[in-house]
Amino acid sequence: MKRWPLYLAMLPALIVLGPLFYGGLAAGLGRSLGYAPLIGQTELSGAAWRAVLTAPEVRSSAMLTFYIAAISTILATVLGVGAALLMRHRFAGARAARLLFQINLTVPHLVLGTGILYLFSQSGLFARLAAQMHLISVPADFPALIWDPAALGIILAYVVKEVPFIGLVAMANLQAIGPDYEQAARSLGARPWQAARYVLLPAIRPGIISSAAIVFAFTFGAYEIPALLGASHPLALPVLAWQRFNAPDLAARPEAMALALLIAALSGLVVWVVLRAGRAQRRLS
Amino acid sequence: MRARGITTWLLIAVLLAPLVPLALWSFSFGWFFPDLLPSRWTLNAWRYALSDTGGTIQSLWLTTKIAGITALLAVLLGLPLARLLGLGTFRAKALVQVLVMAPIIVPGMAVVLGLHGLFLPLGLTNTTFGVILAHLIPTLPYAVLIMAGVFAGFDIGLEEQARSLGARPLAAFFYVTLPAIAPGLVAAALLSFLVSWGQYALTLVIGGGRVTTLPLLLFSFVSSGRHDIAGAIGTIYILPGLIMMAIAARQIGGRSAAIGTGGA
Repeated sequence: MKRWPLYLAMLPALIVLGPLFYGGLAAGLGRSLGYAPLIGQTELSGAAWRAVLTAPEVRSSAMLTFYIAAISTILATVLGVGAALLMRHRFAGARAARLLFQINLTVPHLVLGTGILYLFSQSGLFARLAAQMHLISVPADFPALIWDPAALGIILAYVVKEVPFIGLVAMANLQAIGPDYEQAARSLGARPWQAARYVLLPAIRPGIISSAAIVFAFTFGAYEIPALLGASHPLALPVLAWQRFNAPDLAARPEAMALALLIAALSGLVVWVVLRAGRAQRRLS
Repeated sequence: MRARGITTWLLIAVLLAPLVPLALWSFSFGWFFPDLLPSRWTLNAWRYALSDTGGTIQSLWLTTKIAGITALLAVLLGLPLARLLGLGTFRAKALVQVLVMAPIIVPGMAVVLGLHGLFLPLGLTNTTFGVILAHLIPTLPYAVLIMAGVFAGFDIGLEEQARSLGARPLAAFFYVTLPAIAPGLVAAALLSFLVSWGQYALTLVIGGGRVTTLPLLLFSFVSSGRHDIAGAIGTIYILPGLIMMAIAARQIGGRSAAIGTGGA
């Protein structure tokens, strides 16, 4: 009798998430293997997976996506932790600064991507500034920072969005530790940067690593920013998957599904490795 | 000491810089290279965006409706599980946690293409209800995460005292537990609202272009080069989030808002 409420309590959430999330993943897997009973296909085939895993286009897309996610995550983590360390001190307008620092948490990705476009495109605000300073004369003189192979616009958009996320986690963790350890280290002769490097950072590392893993997974799988700011070749994996999904050729659908699952598998793999490495390091120290 | 303050303010300026040209564009009447500011100012874009025929107002209501219903469902559906996870330990707790939190890590695009195949025969594609269901995938885990944290800080002894004084389980919940956890539920609902509010890919795939929420409208105006209207839509689109953050900041006295983030 006592076990019943336990399982009943799980039901509402699991009954909804089960079909939507796990059902969606399973349906994608089935379709990627050629299983489509609605159109009379029940024989399984690895053709779509073979096509996806051997296509050079997919390989360059995967490399680009990995590069975007890795650089964005590293920059956002360094800046976010740095901001949290700076903001733990008192300074003029600290309260207002903490609030303004968090604003981008509520601003949707697409809006920040649009803003980055208006700042950094070849007719954007910075190009205009360069023209006013007579550094360039026509928009084409300005370096391509949007729709460029180095994906700088995409990375910038992700960084301005994710720095407050990492910063907030770091601030919460720093607050939880309190000032005692840092003061102890300082009174034992540690310089400010030594106290931060050897006392504060190790203490907040677990929280930072998990939130960095979330940022990586997000930037690896998000669609709208690379769709708006990405070059036409190679495409980021989510953009490529959506393009295949919409291809007039119905045979491309299983490939789109395989790509979608590849995104989940690759980002899941990286997250797993990062979290494991973080845990192993904690055990050592 | 001063250098720290200056560095912090510089970083904040960089983070918020992308929002500036958005606002400028929305008031511009022709803003040509290499002008740093629009040569003429106008309210045309705003007039268009706020008109009955522009489609933005309808889109704003649609986006609000979807995010509102999604948030309500996420809190209601997640509440029992959050109570379970927050209050006690049980066998398979870790497994349930992983199963429920997985959608936070797994990208939406990986799930939604398959989900489209499930929704198609059910007639849920291209419908608002289908989009709401899809939005539950990322919102429900966040709602459970926040509410489990709230329950973890709640003294269940209070509910037991009410029960021992003769209150029935439902009465104890409604008169003792609910008032205590209400702020946490509101926080969970607000976060769910914002997560749904920001969705792009899920709406695009399940809505099939028929369910035009604000981000889809914004994308189409940006990519067709109507930057003045895009500026107005973008500004409208960020207002609810800013208002919520201002309210949260007032309530918690400037401390980090209810936008809790917890690790994986």
